[in-house]
Amino acid sequence: MEEFMNILRDIRPDVDFENCTTLIDDKILDSFDIISIITELNSQMDVAVPADQIIPENFNSAQALWAMVEKLLDE
Amino acid sequence: MKKRIVKIVICVVLLAATLFLLQKLLVPKYATTNEEGILSSEYYANAGNNDVLFIGDCEVYTNFSPVKLWRDYGITSYIRGTPQQLTWQSYYMLEDTLRYETPKVVVFNVLAMKYAEPQNEAYNRLTLDGMKWSTTKLDAVKASMTDEETVASYILPLLRFHSRWSELTSEDFNYLFKTEKLSHNGYLMRVDAKPAGQVPDPVPLPDYTIGPKCWEYLDKIRETCDKNGIRLILIKAPSLYPAWYDQWEKQIEDYAGKYGLEYINFLELADELEMDYNTDTYDAGLHLNLSGAEKMSAWFGKYLSEKCGVEDRRSDAALAAEWAEREAFYEYMKEAQYKQLREEGAVTRYK
Amino acid sequence: MSFVSLGFLLFLLILFILYYALPRRFQWALLLAGSLVFYAFASPKYLIYIAVTALSTWFAGKLIHDAYAARDAFLKDTPDITKEEKKSCKEAAKKKGRSIMVCCLILNLGILAVCKYTDFAIGTINSLFGTDIAFLRFALPMGISFYTFQSMGYIIDVSRGKYQAELNPARFALFVTFFPQLVQGPISRFDQLSQTLYSEHAFDAQKITQGAWRAVWGFFKKMVVADRLVPVVTGIAQNPDKYAGGYVLALVFFYTIQLYADFTGGIDITIGVAKMFGVDLAENFERPFFSKNITEFWRRWHITMGTWFKDYIFYPVSVSKWMLKVSKWSRAKLGTQLGKRVPVYLSTILVWLATGIWHGASWNFVVWGLLNCLVIIISQELEPLYAKFHEKCAFSNTRGWDIFQMFRTFWLMAFLRVLDVYRNVPLTFRMVPTIFSSKGWSEMFSGGMLKFGLEVRDYIIVAIALVIFLIVGILQGKKPVAEQLAEKPLVPRYLIVWILIIVILVFGAYGIGYDATQFIYNQF
Repeated sequence: MEEFMNILRDIRPDVDFENCTTLIDDKILDSFDIISIITELNSQMDVAVPADQIIPENFNSAQALWAMVEKLLDE
Repeated sequence: MKKRIVKIVICVVLLAATLFLLQKLLVPKYATTNEEGILSSEYYANAGNNDVLFIGDCEVYTNFSPVKLWRDYGITSYIRGTPQQLTWQSYYMLEDTLRYETPKVVVFNVLAMKYAEPQNEAYNRLTLDGMKWSTTKLDAVKASMTDEETVASYILPLLRFHSRWSELTSEDFNYLFKTEKLSHNGYLMRVDAKPAGQVPDPVPLPDYTIGPKCWEYLDKIRETCDKNGIRLILIKAPSLYPAWYDQWEKQIEDYAGKYGLEYINFLELADELEMDYNTDTYDAGLHLNLSGAEKMSAWFGKYLSEKCGVEDRRSDAALAAEWAEREAFYEYMKEAQYKQLREEGAVTRYK
Repeated sequence: MSFVSLGFLLFLLILFILYYALPRRFQWALLLAGSLVFYAFASPKYLIYIAVTALSTWFAGKLIHDAYAARDAFLKDTPDITKEEKKSCKEAAKKKGRSIMVCCLILNLGILAVCKYTDFAIGTINSLFGTDIAFLRFALPMGISFYTFQSMGYIIDVSRGKYQAELNPARFALFVTFFPQLVQGPISRFDQLSQTLYSEHAFDAQKITQGAWRAVWGFFKKMVVADRLVPVVTGIAQNPDKYAGGYVLALVFFYTIQLYADFTGGIDITIGVAKMFGVDLAENFERPFFSKNITEFWRRWHITMGTWFKDYIFYPVSVSKWMLKVSKWSRAKLGTQLGKRVPVYLSTILVWLATGIWHGASWNFVVWGLLNCLVIIISQELEPLYAKFHEKCAFSNTRGWDIFQMFRTFWLMAFLRVLDVYRNVPLTFRMVPTIFSSKGWSEMFSGGMLKFGLEVRDYIIVAIALVIFLIVGILQGKKPVAEQLAEKPLVPRYLIVWILIIVILVFGAYGIGYDATQFIYNQF
């Protein structure tokens, strides 16, 4: 989990990932950030996020993202 | 709820009223400019009791004087001529007239037979916009439209004339709710003269065949007259220009011969009419002036009463009173135009 | 059938009356019938194209549905299989779904490509190799790009399991052919549109009037502004030898205004008309010229196209296995900082290439797309610099600076857009720099601008309309203007609409003498 949070912070140091739950709805993350997160997850945690998982519900908060990662790791 | 509906109805009525006023304002008035446009609407106030009906283009509305016909022969007549009235439009003018009265004689000027297809959007408007609404008008519009026109723009002329907003003049405001009466039972008077001089030689045409649409509508005119017991007379006015080709003359003569119609070519009667093209035309041979029109009317009135038996109705007191008014207006306009000639050297206004 | 025609209004009136007079369960079927009539009026010959797309996509959706249903049934009936077996069953279904989807994509994008790009390809080959292959001149069915993209989005979503396929072919056909959006979008998503497209709609006076107002506003934009400017735009763009320098700047400005008024006005009519039938369409614009940078602009202009490209091209390409490999490789070779940008930028370039080609089959649009891409990448790279600038300079947080940024974005987009109107790319690049020469300027202001059939009064009308656009745009920032209008008392509310209708009828550039009124976006 800490490794995961570090990835996020690394990409957008200016965002409060601990508390924000509207990362997509409030347009805090743009598509560049989303792709960066996915490629980092892939290179550092070996998780492949398929395109059909890129939906607002999965990216609106760090918790949702983490839940998605766990689900993907589980499969 | 009820209150709401009332409010909405009021709003819709107000919108409709505004649009109506706007349309009134934006359509051309034809009172002091392009006056020919007023002709087709002037008929309705003078409908009924006309024994002779003229249909056709400018060669009828500048060349015959109904007042002269009345004065000399007691013949009641109306000219439903409009600028470049095409054959199908003449037919619908006849149809439209039959909604109000049945004349005894219909006179059709054949010059328009040279136009096989709709010609000019602006002339269509001059002829059609003044007609009162009926299925006849709708048919006339459909038969006349050029490619760029729509039926809707005749139903709502605002759609056609909306861009006149920037060209409005005092005329549009002065004649918002009134019209200027300008014709004498369809005759548009001009007293000035311009000698014909040298008329340009006719240019040879690639094809002299009169188009099928013209024949179709001439047939309709003839059949309608037959059905209503009307005597149809074909004429060609004595205008020197535009050229009337022998080839056309032949086709019209053949048609008249085939159906036993009278056809009078006034060009051939110029001497008998004592037409003087130096004094009897106001634009060098295209249109006759008052003097020319009265010569035509004198000759044709005689023809109508002697050959066609059109009645002398001067003994009818009511009619006589009506026509007395028309004569007065006729004299008034004549005098007004002579006055312009004297004082300004040219006729620039009808009145 | 063009929106700006009495025929369309008449069609709308008849359909509207039937829609609310018939029993509500027939409403969606009536919409389908109406849409087919609408399409048949526009181009009866091309009904076959849209029918092929609708039916093939429906059928593919049904096949995928069947495959997934079989999977679910199997998993339900045999609960005691191992995790591996479960996984392979899921994999098999997914694979099947994917191959059906790919077949559907190939067929439909193939039709689009053949219709739209054959001659472009032939022309390019001819000019590259000096060959003389004859153009095939395929006709372009109305709205083909829009309905193809909409259908393809659907089939991709179904194969991803985002939602269930629509099994009724007639209902699905309505999704593809729904008439207000046929001409120029928006590109709807099935899960959004189906919520109101098939449901039964009571006569909702509030919603219907708001829809009608929106449509009237659209007519104002199109008829008073867009159609009025057509002669200037075509006049300047098609005679580059005569009109250079200052005229080019006028072209840049007026074309952008015309495009804005035409496209957003058309969408206003589309959304308004759909609303009158109770159907909610996605917004396609969000006050685009209030954007402060080009990235934001593209989030607010032609939104449904942008999100389509993002969801179905940008993301899938960026996270594809191939791209992840490229990412690893570039990081190893170029270092983390530079390397991690490679996949994002590669995908961005691809998307803009596709966006350019989508807009039109010519090199103008390809170059236009790539220039947009270039600006976006540069501004992305300059981001840290901007951050510093904002820290250092206090004035960068003022309203004035915001306005400057909007102004800058407007002109940037306007200059890129001029590629739409010049005949080819080299000509565009030759003409634009002439703005900085003295050519044309004095002539322009001594009657030159009046040579295109527009009088001074026409320019005044456009100027007044632009002020109105601005005011409405500012108001729109709070909430939809139709809603604000609905809160006003009845008299001023109707007065505004009433004046707008009269203004359109009187000052609209329609009828004889103004016959340049087809939607620019008609055949995209």
